[in-house]
Amino acid sequence: MRQIAIASGKGGVGKTSIAASFASFAKAVFADCDVDASNLPIIFKPEIIKKEDFYGMDVASVDESKCIKCMECYNACRFDAITEEIEIIEEKCEGCGVCEYVCPVDAIEMVPRKSGEVYVSKSRFGWIVHAELKAGEETSGKLVSVVRQKAMEVAKENGYDLIIIDSSAGIGCPVIASITGVNLVVIVVEPTMAAIHDMKRIMNVANHFKVPYVVCINKYDLNEEKAKEIEEFCKENGIEIVGKIPYNKAFTKAIVNGKSIVEYDEGLAEIMKKIWENVERKIEES
Amino acid sequence: MIISVASGKGGVGKTSVAVNLAIAIGRARILDCDVEEPNVNIFFGMDLKKVKDANVLIPSIDKQKCTLCGECAKACRYNALAMLPNDVMLFPELCHGCGLCKMVCEFNAIEETPRKIGEIYYGSKDGIELYQGLLNIGEAMATPVIKEVKKFANGNAIIDAPPGNACPMIEAIDGSDFVILVTEPTPFGLHDLKIAVDIVRKFKIPFGVIINKDGIGDESVDEFCKKEGIKVLMRIPHDEEIARYYSKGIPFVTKMDEWKERFIKLYEEIKDEANSNSKR
Repeated sequence: MRQIAIASGKGGVGKTSIAASFASFAKAVFADCDVDASNLPIIFKPEIIKKEDFYGMDVASVDESKCIKCMECYNACRFDAITEEIEIIEEKCEGCGVCEYVCPVDAIEMVPRKSGEVYVSKSRFGWIVHAELKAGEETSGKLVSVVRQKAMEVAKENGYDLIIIDSSAGIGCPVIASITGVNLVVIVVEPTMAAIHDMKRIMNVANHFKVPYVVCINKYDLNEEKAKEIEEFCKENGIEIVGKIPYNKAFTKAIVNGKSIVEYDEGLAEIMKKIWENVERKIEES
Repeated sequence: MIISVASGKGGVGKTSVAVNLAIAIGRARILDCDVEEPNVNIFFGMDLKKVKDANVLIPSIDKQKCTLCGECAKACRYNALAMLPNDVMLFPELCHGCGLCKMVCEFNAIEETPRKIGEIYYGSKDGIELYQGLLNIGEAMATPVIKEVKKFANGNAIIDAPPGNACPMIEAIDGSDFVILVTEPTPFGLHDLKIAVDIVRKFKIPFGVIINKDGIGDESVDEFCKKEGIKVLMRIPHDEEIARYYSKGIPFVTKMDEWKERFIKLYEEIKDEANSNSKR
Protein backbone atom coordinates (compact mmCIF):
# COMPACT_ATOMS: atom_id res chain seq x y z
CA MET A 1 0.00 0.00 0.00
CA ARG A 2 1.38 3.41 -0.97
CA GLN A 3 0.46 6.52 0.97
CA ILE A 4 0.86 10.21 0.16
CA ALA A 5 0.26 13.00 2.68
CA ILE A 6 -0.41 16.62 1.77
CA ALA A 7 1.00 18.86 4.50
CA SER A 8 2.22 22.42 4.93
CA GLY A 9 2.99 23.62 8.44
CA LYS A 10 1.15 26.84 7.71
CA GLY A 11 -2.61 26.69 7.32
CA GLY A 12 -4.58 28.11 4.44
CA VAL A 13 -1.94 27.62 1.76
CA GLY A 14 -4.04 25.24 -0.33
CA LYS A 15 -3.59 21.70 1.01
CA THR A 16 -7.23 20.72 0.62
CA SER A 17 -7.65 22.30 -2.83
CA ILE A 18 -4.59 20.43 -4.06
CA ALA A 19 -5.66 17.15 -2.43
CA ALA A 20 -9.11 17.46 -4.05
CA SER A 21 -7.56 18.17 -7.45
CA PHE A 22 -5.63 14.88 -7.30
CA ALA A 23 -8.96 13.05 -6.94
CA SER A 24 -9.66 13.39 -10.66
CA PHE A 25 -6.41 11.69 -11.67
CA ALA A 26 -5.51 9.24 -8.91
CA LYS A 27 -7.11 5.89 -8.25
CA ALA A 28 -6.94 6.34 -4.50
CA VAL A 29 -8.84 6.23 -1.24
CA PHE A 30 -8.85 9.67 0.37
CA ALA A 31 -8.30 10.21 4.09
CA ASP A 32 -9.20 13.61 5.52
CA CYS A 33 -6.91 13.75 8.54
CA ASP A 34 -7.65 17.39 9.39
CA VAL A 35 -10.10 16.05 11.93
CA ASP A 36 -10.77 19.25 13.89
CA ALA A 37 -11.31 21.41 10.79
CA SER A 38 -12.33 18.90 8.15
CA ASN A 39 -12.85 20.58 4.77
CA LEU A 40 -12.31 17.93 2.10
CA PRO A 41 -15.95 16.70 2.40
CA ILE A 42 -17.11 20.20 1.38
CA ILE A 43 -15.71 19.44 -2.09
CA PHE A 44 -16.34 15.67 -2.15
CA LYS A 45 -19.92 15.93 -0.85
CA PRO A 46 -19.68 12.31 0.26
CA GLU A 47 -22.55 9.98 0.99
CA ILE A 48 -21.88 8.36 4.34
CA ILE A 49 -21.94 4.56 4.09
CA LYS A 50 -20.68 3.68 7.54
CA LYS A 51 -20.46 5.73 10.71
CA GLU A 52 -18.60 4.78 13.86
CA ASP A 53 -18.23 6.50 17.20
CA PHE A 54 -14.75 7.43 18.26
CA TYR A 55 -13.80 7.19 21.90
CA GLY A 56 -10.69 9.06 22.96
CA MET A 57 -9.34 9.14 26.49
CA ASP A 58 -11.75 8.54 29.37
CA VAL A 59 -12.98 11.60 31.22
CA ALA A 60 -13.44 12.23 34.95
CA SER A 61 -16.97 12.29 36.29
CA VAL A 62 -17.84 13.53 39.78
CA ASP A 63 -20.61 12.01 41.87
CA GLU A 64 -21.82 15.10 43.70
CA SER A 65 -23.70 13.10 46.30
CA LYS A 66 -20.41 11.59 47.46
CA CYS A 67 -18.07 14.56 46.99
CA ILE A 68 -16.96 16.22 50.25
CA LYS A 69 -15.11 19.10 48.51
CA CYS A 70 -11.83 18.16 50.14
CA MET A 71 -9.97 19.64 47.16
CA GLU A 72 -7.58 16.68 46.84
CA CYS A 73 -8.46 16.24 43.18
CA TYR A 74 -8.29 19.96 42.52
CA ASN A 75 -4.78 20.10 43.93
CA ALA A 76 -3.57 16.95 42.19
CA CYS A 77 -4.81 17.70 38.67
CA ARG A 78 -1.95 19.01 36.54
CA PHE A 79 -4.16 20.00 33.63
CA ASP A 80 -6.30 22.61 35.45
CA ALA A 81 -9.33 20.54 34.48
CA ILE A 82 -11.11 20.78 37.84
CA THR A 83 -12.68 24.00 39.10
CA GLU A 84 -12.71 25.12 42.73
CA GLU A 85 -16.36 24.05 42.81
CA ILE A 86 -15.14 20.57 41.81
CA GLU A 87 -16.60 20.58 38.36
CA ILE A 88 -14.75 18.86 35.54
CA ILE A 89 -13.81 21.00 32.55
CA GLU A 90 -14.09 18.19 30.01
CA GLU A 91 -12.17 20.07 27.31
CA LYS A 92 -9.15 20.30 29.59
CA CYS A 93 -9.32 16.80 31.11
CA GLU A 94 -6.60 14.61 29.61
CA GLY A 95 -8.04 11.46 31.13
CA CYS A 96 -5.05 10.59 33.32
CA GLY A 97 -7.09 9.29 36.27
CA VAL A 98 -5.13 11.09 39.01
CA CYS A 99 -8.30 12.63 40.48
CA GLU A 100 -9.99 9.25 40.68
CA TYR A 101 -6.92 7.88 42.45
CA VAL A 102 -6.59 10.65 45.03
CA CYS A 103 -10.29 10.95 45.87
CA PRO A 104 -10.69 9.62 49.45
CA VAL A 105 -14.43 8.99 49.11
CA ASP A 106 -14.61 7.36 45.66
CA ALA A 107 -16.61 10.25 44.27
CA ILE A 108 -14.74 10.36 40.96
CA GLU A 109 -14.94 7.79 38.24
CA MET A 110 -13.22 7.75 34.87
CA VAL A 111 -15.88 7.17 32.21
CA PRO A 112 -15.63 6.65 28.45
CA ARG A 113 -16.24 9.75 26.38
CA LYS A 114 -17.31 9.94 22.81
CA SER A 115 -14.80 12.30 21.23
CA GLY A 116 -15.94 12.20 17.64
CA GLU A 117 -17.19 10.19 14.71
CA VAL A 118 -15.47 8.43 11.83
CA TYR A 119 -17.16 8.11 8.46
CA VAL A 120 -16.52 5.77 5.56
CA SER A 121 -18.14 7.43 2.57
CA LYS A 122 -18.53 7.28 -1.18
CA SER A 123 -18.37 10.25 -3.50
CA ARG A 124 -18.14 11.04 -7.20
CA PHE A 125 -14.37 10.65 -6.76
CA GLY A 126 -14.64 7.28 -5.02
CA TRP A 127 -13.99 6.36 -1.39
CA ILE A 128 -13.21 8.86 1.31
CA VAL A 129 -12.69 8.30 5.02
CA HIS A 130 -13.23 11.37 7.15
CA ALA A 131 -13.98 12.27 10.75
CA GLU A 132 -15.26 14.91 13.02
CA LEU A 133 -13.59 15.55 16.33
CA LYS A 134 -15.91 16.98 18.93
CA ALA A 135 -15.12 20.68 19.37
CA GLY A 136 -12.14 21.18 21.63
CA GLU A 137 -11.20 17.54 22.14
CA GLU A 138 -7.63 16.54 22.69
CA THR A 139 -7.21 13.19 21.00
CA SER A 140 -6.81 14.42 17.44
CA GLY A 141 -3.67 12.33 16.85
CA LYS A 142 -5.45 9.17 17.91
CA LEU A 143 -8.42 9.97 15.66
CA VAL A 144 -6.06 10.59 12.72
CA SER A 145 -4.64 7.10 13.28
CA VAL A 146 -8.16 5.65 13.24
CA VAL A 147 -8.96 7.47 9.96
CA ARG A 148 -5.76 6.15 8.38
CA GLN A 149 -6.47 2.63 9.63
CA LYS A 150 -10.00 2.72 8.19
CA ALA A 151 -8.71 4.11 4.87
CA MET A 152 -6.28 1.22 4.76
CA GLU A 153 -9.10 -1.30 5.28
CA VAL A 154 -11.29 0.34 2.63
CA ALA A 155 -8.40 0.34 0.16
CA LYS A 156 -7.66 -3.34 0.72
CA GLU A 157 -11.30 -4.39 0.50
CA ASN A 158 -11.80 -2.52 -2.76
CA GLY A 159 -8.54 -3.27 -4.52
CA TYR A 160 -6.85 0.13 -4.22
CA ASP A 161 -3.16 0.44 -3.55
CA LEU A 162 -2.96 4.17 -2.88
CA ILE A 163 -4.14 6.41 -0.04
CA ILE A 164 -4.03 10.21 -0.23
CA ILE A 165 -4.02 11.96 3.14
CA ASP A 166 -5.05 15.59 3.67
CA SER A 167 -3.22 16.63 6.83
CA SER A 168 -3.90 19.49 9.22
CA ALA A 169 -1.73 22.56 9.69
CA GLY A 170 1.07 22.66 12.24
CA ILE A 171 3.77 20.19 13.21
CA GLY A 172 2.30 18.62 16.37
CA CYS A 173 0.39 15.49 17.22
CA PRO A 174 -2.19 15.26 14.36
CA VAL A 175 0.46 16.13 11.76
CA ILE A 176 2.92 13.58 13.11
CA ALA A 177 0.11 11.00 13.08
CA SER A 178 -0.68 11.98 9.45
CA ILE A 179 2.81 11.76 7.96
CA THR A 180 4.56 8.93 9.80
CA GLY A 181 5.07 5.90 7.59
CA VAL A 182 3.87 7.49 4.34
CA ASN A 183 5.82 7.05 1.10
CA LEU A 184 5.81 10.74 0.25
CA VAL A 185 4.78 14.06 1.76
CA VAL A 186 3.76 16.82 -0.62
CA ILE A 187 4.61 20.03 1.24
CA VAL A 188 2.50 22.94 0.03
CA VAL A 189 3.96 26.42 0.38
CA GLU A 190 3.11 29.92 -0.76
CA PRO A 191 5.62 32.71 -1.40
CA THR A 192 5.25 34.49 1.94
CA MET A 193 7.81 34.76 4.72
CA ALA A 194 5.46 33.03 7.15
CA ALA A 195 4.79 30.07 4.87
CA ILE A 196 8.49 29.65 4.07
CA HIS A 197 9.34 29.65 7.78
CA ASP A 198 6.66 27.03 8.42
CA MET A 199 7.74 24.92 5.43
CA LYS A 200 11.22 24.58 6.88
CA ARG A 201 9.79 23.42 10.22
CA ILE A 202 7.63 20.71 8.62
CA MET A 203 10.63 19.61 6.53
CA ASN A 204 12.55 19.12 9.77
CA VAL A 205 9.68 17.06 11.16
CA ALA A 206 9.69 14.90 8.00
CA ASN A 207 13.46 14.50 8.31
CA HIS A 208 13.04 13.56 11.98
CA PHE A 209 10.59 10.77 11.07
CA LYS A 210 12.57 9.86 7.93
CA VAL A 211 9.75 10.51 5.48
CA PRO A 212 10.63 11.67 1.94
CA TYR A 213 9.02 14.85 0.64
CA VAL A 214 8.57 17.13 -2.35
CA VAL A 215 7.41 20.74 -2.56
CA CYS A 216 4.53 22.33 -4.43
CA ILE A 217 4.50 26.15 -4.63
CA ASN A 218 1.00 27.58 -4.61
CA LYS A 219 0.18 31.17 -5.70
CA TYR A 220 3.81 31.45 -6.83
CA ASP A 221 3.19 34.69 -8.77
CA LEU A 222 1.91 36.59 -5.71
CA ASN A 223 5.53 37.32 -4.87
CA GLU A 224 7.94 36.00 -7.51
CA GLU A 225 10.96 37.02 -5.48
CA LYS A 226 9.88 34.87 -2.53
CA ALA A 227 8.95 32.06 -4.94
CA LYS A 228 12.50 32.18 -6.28
CA GLU A 229 13.79 32.03 -2.72
CA ILE A 230 11.83 28.80 -2.21
CA GLU A 231 13.16 27.36 -5.46
CA GLU A 232 16.73 28.18 -4.51
CA PHE A 233 16.30 26.70 -1.05
CA CYS A 234 14.93 23.49 -2.56
CA LYS A 235 17.71 23.33 -5.15
CA GLU A 236 20.40 23.75 -2.50
CA ASN A 237 18.86 21.00 -0.40
CA GLY A 238 18.11 18.59 -3.23
CA ILE A 239 14.35 18.83 -2.80
CA GLU A 240 12.21 18.33 -5.88
CA ILE A 241 9.56 20.91 -6.74
CA VAL A 242 6.64 19.04 -8.28
CA GLY A 243 4.85 22.12 -9.50
CA LYS A 244 4.10 25.83 -9.38
CA ILE A 245 0.50 26.95 -9.29
CA PRO A 246 -0.41 30.54 -10.23
CA TYR A 247 -2.68 32.63 -8.04
CA ASN A 248 -6.19 32.44 -9.43
CA LYS A 249 -9.52 33.44 -7.95
CA ALA A 250 -10.99 30.32 -9.56
CA PHE A 251 -9.64 28.32 -6.59
CA THR A 252 -11.99 30.11 -4.20
CA LYS A 253 -14.83 30.08 -6.71
CA ALA A 254 -14.46 26.32 -7.07
CA ILE A 255 -14.76 25.92 -3.29
CA VAL A 256 -17.82 28.18 -3.21
CA ASN A 257 -19.36 25.99 -5.90
CA GLY A 258 -18.43 22.76 -4.13
CA LYS A 259 -16.15 21.65 -6.96
CA SER A 260 -12.50 20.73 -7.27
CA ILE A 261 -10.37 23.10 -9.31
CA VAL A 262 -9.96 20.38 -11.94
CA GLU A 263 -13.73 20.27 -12.38
CA TYR A 264 -14.00 24.04 -12.35
CA ASP A 265 -11.22 25.40 -14.58
CA GLU A 266 -9.76 23.63 -17.62
CA GLY A 267 -6.53 25.61 -17.71
CA LEU A 268 -5.74 24.97 -14.07
CA ALA A 269 -6.79 21.34 -14.53
CA GLU A 270 -3.87 20.93 -16.96
CA ILE A 271 -1.44 22.35 -14.40
CA MET A 272 -2.79 20.12 -11.64
CA LYS A 273 -2.57 17.06 -13.90
CA LYS A 274 1.14 17.69 -14.52
CA ILE A 275 1.73 18.12 -10.80
CA TRP A 276 -0.07 14.85 -10.11
CA GLU A 277 2.06 13.09 -12.76
CA ASN A 278 5.20 14.36 -11.04
CA VAL A 279 3.95 13.13 -7.67
CA GLU A 280 3.05 9.76 -9.16
CA ARG A 281 6.46 9.39 -10.78
CA LYS A 282 8.13 10.28 -7.50
CA ILE A 283 6.05 7.65 -5.68
CA GLU A 284 7.00 5.01 -8.22
CA GLU A 285 10.68 5.86 -7.79
CA SER A 286 10.47 5.45 -4.02
CA MET B 1 -7.33 42.70 29.32
CA ILE B 2 -6.39 39.54 27.47
CA ILE B 3 -7.50 39.36 23.84
CA SER B 4 -7.05 36.11 21.93
CA VAL B 5 -6.99 35.96 18.17
CA ALA B 6 -8.15 32.54 17.04
CA SER B 7 -9.74 30.78 14.07
CA GLY B 8 -10.75 27.27 13.21
CA LYS B 9 -9.21 27.42 9.78
CA GLY B 10 -5.52 28.13 9.30
CA GLY B 11 -4.13 30.85 7.09
CA VAL B 12 -7.05 33.23 7.48
CA GLY B 13 -5.04 36.04 9.06
CA LYS B 14 -4.80 35.46 12.83
CA THR B 15 -1.20 36.55 13.08
CA SER B 16 -1.79 39.50 10.80
CA VAL B 17 -4.68 40.74 12.98
CA ALA B 18 -2.74 40.20 16.22
CA VAL B 19 0.34 42.04 14.94
CA ASN B 20 -1.51 44.96 13.35
CA LEU B 21 -3.70 45.39 16.43
CA ALA B 22 -0.64 45.48 18.70
CA ILE B 23 1.14 48.05 16.54
CA ALA B 24 -1.97 50.22 16.31
CA ILE B 25 -2.34 50.24 20.11
CA GLY B 26 1.31 51.17 20.38
CA ARG B 27 2.25 49.51 23.63
CA ALA B 28 1.28 45.89 23.86
CA ARG B 29 2.45 42.47 24.82
CA ILE B 30 1.95 39.68 22.31
CA LEU B 31 2.05 36.01 23.25
CA ASP B 32 2.71 33.80 20.25
CA CYS B 33 0.87 30.65 21.30
CA ASP B 34 1.06 29.04 17.85
CA VAL B 35 4.04 27.16 19.21
CA GLU B 36 4.07 24.69 16.31
CA GLU B 37 4.52 27.44 13.75
CA PRO B 38 5.12 30.78 15.48
CA ASN B 39 5.02 33.57 12.91
CA VAL B 40 4.62 36.80 14.90
CA ASN B 41 8.30 37.66 14.90
CA ILE B 42 8.42 37.45 11.11
CA PHE B 43 6.61 40.81 11.23
CA PHE B 44 8.94 42.36 13.82
CA GLY B 45 12.34 40.82 13.23
CA MET B 46 13.19 41.16 16.93
CA ASP B 47 16.35 39.72 18.34
CA LEU B 48 14.77 37.01 20.49
CA LYS B 49 16.41 35.64 23.60
CA LYS B 50 15.53 32.38 25.29
CA VAL B 51 14.00 32.94 28.71
CA LYS B 52 13.19 29.37 29.72
CA ASP B 53 12.56 25.81 28.69
CA ALA B 54 9.11 24.29 28.46
CA ASN B 55 9.15 20.90 30.15
CA VAL B 56 6.90 18.01 30.96
CA LEU B 57 7.64 15.88 34.00
CA ILE B 58 8.43 12.27 33.22
CA PRO B 59 9.08 9.41 35.62
CA SER B 60 12.55 8.27 36.40
CA ILE B 61 12.65 4.84 37.99
CA ASP B 62 15.12 3.86 40.68
CA LYS B 63 16.05 0.31 39.69
CA GLN B 64 17.33 -0.41 43.21
CA LYS B 65 13.91 0.24 44.72
CA CYS B 66 11.72 -1.05 41.90
CA THR B 67 10.25 -4.48 42.59
CA LEU B 68 8.80 -4.83 39.06
CA CYS B 69 5.32 -5.07 40.59
CA GLY B 70 3.86 -3.47 37.45
CA GLU B 71 1.44 -1.11 39.22
CA CYS B 72 2.81 2.01 37.47
CA ALA B 73 2.42 0.51 34.00
CA LYS B 74 -1.07 -0.67 34.88
CA ALA B 75 -2.06 2.79 36.11
CA CYS B 76 -0.68 4.77 33.14
CA ARG B 77 -3.49 5.54 30.72
CA TYR B 78 -1.15 6.75 27.99
CA ASN B 79 0.76 3.46 27.65
CA ALA B 80 3.92 5.38 28.44
CA LEU B 81 5.20 2.62 30.73
CA ALA B 82 5.53 -1.02 29.73
CA MET B 83 6.64 -4.00 31.79
CA LEU B 84 9.46 -6.15 30.49
CA PRO B 85 10.58 -9.33 32.32
CA ASN B 86 13.45 -7.49 34.03
CA ASP B 87 12.67 -3.82 33.53
CA VAL B 88 10.09 -1.07 33.25
CA MET B 89 10.32 0.64 29.90
CA LEU B 90 9.40 4.29 29.49
CA PHE B 91 8.17 5.86 26.24
CA PRO B 92 8.80 9.51 27.10
CA GLU B 93 6.98 10.99 24.10
CA LEU B 94 3.74 9.29 25.22
CA CYS B 95 3.97 10.63 28.78
CA HIS B 96 1.64 13.53 29.60
CA GLY B 97 3.29 14.19 32.95
CA CYS B 98 0.24 13.55 35.10
CA GLY B 99 2.21 12.08 38.00
CA LEU B 100 -0.03 9.07 38.58
CA CYS B 101 2.80 6.52 38.31
CA LYS B 102 4.65 8.18 41.17
CA MET B 103 1.49 8.17 43.28
CA VAL B 104 0.75 4.49 42.79
CA CYS B 105 4.31 3.26 43.42
CA GLU B 106 4.36 1.71 46.87
CA PHE B 107 8.15 1.49 46.99
CA ASN B 108 8.96 5.15 46.31
CA ALA B 109 10.90 4.02 43.30
CA ILE B 110 9.65 6.81 41.03
CA GLU B 111 10.90 10.37 40.92
CA GLU B 112 9.86 12.91 38.33
CA THR B 113 12.36 14.66 36.13
CA PRO B 114 11.76 17.40 33.57
CA ARG B 115 11.90 16.56 29.87
CA LYS B 116 12.32 19.51 27.55
CA ILE B 117 9.77 19.71 24.74
CA GLY B 118 10.13 23.35 23.77
CA GLU B 119 11.48 26.79 24.56
CA ILE B 120 10.13 30.23 25.44
CA TYR B 121 11.66 33.33 23.86
CA TYR B 122 11.36 37.03 24.57
CA GLY B 123 12.02 40.13 22.53
CA SER B 124 10.88 43.73 22.30
CA LYS B 125 10.78 46.52 19.77
CA ASP B 126 9.13 49.97 19.68
CA GLY B 127 6.97 49.34 22.73
CA ILE B 128 5.87 45.88 21.65
CA GLU B 129 6.92 42.95 23.81
CA LEU B 130 6.80 39.44 22.45
CA TYR B 131 6.82 36.12 24.25
CA GLN B 132 7.05 33.22 21.84
CA GLY B 133 6.75 29.50 22.43
CA LEU B 134 8.56 27.08 20.17
CA LEU B 135 7.74 23.38 20.16
CA ASN B 136 10.71 21.11 19.51
CA ILE B 137 10.71 19.28 16.20
CA GLY B 138 9.16 15.82 16.51
CA GLU B 139 7.25 16.62 19.72
CA ALA B 140 3.52 15.95 19.65
CA MET B 141 2.19 17.87 22.65
CA ALA B 142 1.87 21.61 22.15
CA THR B 143 -0.28 22.41 25.18
CA PRO B 144 2.46 22.36 27.88
CA VAL B 145 4.45 24.88 25.81
CA ILE B 146 1.38 27.08 25.35
CA LYS B 147 0.77 26.93 29.10
CA GLU B 148 4.30 28.22 29.74
CA VAL B 149 3.91 31.12 27.29
CA LYS B 150 0.64 32.12 28.88
CA LYS B 151 2.30 32.56 32.26
CA PHE B 152 3.70 35.80 30.82
CA ALA B 153 0.26 37.25 30.11
CA ASN B 154 0.27 39.32 33.28
CA GLY B 155 -3.38 40.25 32.82
CA ASN B 156 -2.71 42.25 29.69
CA ALA B 157 -1.84 40.66 26.38
CA ILE B 158 -2.76 39.83 22.83
CA ILE B 159 -2.62 36.09 22.24
CA ASP B 160 -1.98 34.67 18.77
CA ALA B 161 -3.67 31.27 19.02
CA PRO B 162 -2.86 28.18 16.94
CA PRO B 163 -5.26 27.15 14.15
CA GLY B 164 -7.73 24.31 14.53
CA ASN B 165 -10.39 23.51 17.07
CA ALA B 166 -8.56 21.01 19.24
CA CYS B 167 -6.77 21.19 22.59
CA PRO B 168 -3.98 23.65 21.65
CA MET B 169 -6.55 26.24 20.59
CA ILE B 170 -8.47 25.80 23.86
CA GLU B 171 -5.32 26.06 25.95
CA ALA B 172 -4.51 29.34 24.17
CA ILE B 173 -7.90 31.08 24.53
CA ASP B 174 -8.86 29.83 28.02
CA GLY B 175 -8.96 32.72 30.48
CA SER B 176 -9.18 35.42 27.80
CA ASP B 177 -11.47 38.42 28.27
CA PHE B 178 -12.31 38.53 24.58
CA VAL B 179 -11.74 36.34 21.54
CA ILE B 180 -11.45 37.63 18.00
CA LEU B 181 -12.36 34.85 15.57
CA VAL B 182 -10.80 35.52 12.19
CA THR B 183 -12.31 33.84 9.17
CA GLU B 184 -12.55 34.07 5.42
CA PRO B 185 -15.86 34.20 3.56
CA THR B 186 -15.74 30.72 2.01
CA PRO B 187 -17.43 27.40 2.81
CA PHE B 188 -14.11 26.23 4.33
CA GLY B 189 -13.90 29.33 6.53
CA LEU B 190 -17.54 28.99 7.59
CA HIS B 191 -17.28 25.30 8.46
CA ASP B 192 -14.31 25.86 10.76
CA LEU B 193 -15.72 29.10 12.19
CA LYS B 194 -18.87 27.34 13.36
CA ILE B 195 -16.83 24.88 15.44
CA ALA B 196 -14.73 27.71 16.88
CA VAL B 197 -17.91 29.61 17.83
CA ASP B 198 -19.17 26.51 19.67
CA ILE B 199 -15.97 26.45 21.69
CA VAL B 200 -15.87 30.14 22.73
CA ARG B 201 -19.55 29.96 23.65
CA LYS B 202 -18.90 26.92 25.80
CA PHE B 203 -16.15 28.83 27.59
CA LYS B 204 -18.48 31.83 27.88
CA ILE B 205 -15.92 34.26 26.51
CA PRO B 206 -17.29 37.32 24.69
CA PHE B 207 -16.24 37.26 21.06
CA GLY B 208 -16.65 38.80 17.64
CA VAL B 209 -15.67 37.96 14.09
CA ILE B 210 -13.25 39.57 11.66
CA ILE B 211 -13.85 38.69 8.04
CA ASN B 212 -10.55 38.71 6.18
CA LYS B 213 -10.19 38.57 2.39
CA ASP B 214 -13.68 40.04 2.29
CA GLY B 215 -15.25 39.72 -1.14
CA ILE B 216 -13.27 36.64 -2.16
CA GLY B 217 -16.01 34.05 -1.69
CA ASP B 218 -19.68 34.05 -0.81
CA GLU B 219 -22.13 35.52 1.70
CA SER B 220 -22.44 32.45 3.89
CA VAL B 221 -20.25 33.74 6.76
CA ASP B 222 -22.25 36.99 6.87
CA GLU B 223 -25.52 35.09 6.88
CA PHE B 224 -24.29 32.83 9.66
CA CYS B 225 -23.16 35.77 11.84
CA LYS B 226 -26.43 37.57 11.28
CA LYS B 227 -28.50 34.54 12.16
CA GLU B 228 -26.47 33.79 15.27
CA GLY B 229 -26.34 37.43 16.40
CA ILE B 230 -22.54 37.51 16.17
CA LYS B 231 -20.91 40.89 15.76
CA VAL B 232 -18.72 41.37 12.70
CA LEU B 233 -16.00 43.58 14.17
CA MET B 234 -14.07 44.34 11.01
CA ARG B 235 -13.79 43.48 7.36
CA ILE B 236 -10.41 43.37 5.74
CA PRO B 237 -10.89 43.36 1.98
CA HIS B 238 -9.19 40.98 -0.36
CA ASP B 239 -6.60 43.54 -1.37
CA GLU B 240 -3.43 43.01 -3.38
CA GLU B 241 -1.50 45.69 -1.52
CA ILE B 242 -2.26 44.08 1.85
CA ALA B 243 -1.34 40.64 0.49
CA ARG B 244 1.96 41.96 -0.85
CA TYR B 245 2.92 43.53 2.48
CA TYR B 246 1.98 40.28 4.20
CA SER B 247 4.16 38.19 1.91
CA LYS B 248 7.15 40.41 2.76
CA GLY B 249 6.47 40.28 6.48
CA ILE B 250 5.43 43.95 6.72
CA PRO B 251 2.45 44.77 9.02
CA PHE B 252 0.10 46.73 6.80
CA VAL B 253 -0.88 49.30 9.46
CA THR B 254 2.63 50.70 9.24
CA LYS B 255 2.03 51.55 5.58
CA MET B 256 -1.68 52.31 5.47
CA ASP B 257 -2.66 54.96 8.02
CA GLU B 258 -6.41 54.49 7.64
CA TRP B 259 -6.01 50.94 8.93
CA LYS B 260 -4.18 52.09 12.01
CA GLU B 261 -7.24 54.13 12.96
CA ARG B 262 -9.53 51.20 12.26
CA PHE B 263 -7.53 48.93 14.52
CA ILE B 264 -7.53 51.51 17.32
CA LYS B 265 -11.29 51.74 16.98
CA LEU B 266 -11.50 47.96 17.04
CA TYR B 267 -9.52 47.92 20.28
CA GLU B 268 -11.85 50.48 21.90
CA GLU B 269 -14.86 48.46 20.81
CA ILE B 270 -13.40 45.26 22.25
CA LYS B 271 -12.61 47.02 25.53
CA ASP B 272 -16.22 48.16 25.81
CA GLU B 273 -17.56 44.68 25.02
CA ALA B 274 -15.25 42.97 27.50
CA ASN B 275 -16.02 45.54 30.22
CA SER B 276 -19.77 45.36 29.83
CA ASN B 277 -19.48 41.59 30.00
CA SER B 278 -17.49 41.60 33.22
CA LYS B 279 -20.08 43.90 34.83
CA ARG B 280 -22.87 41.53 33.92
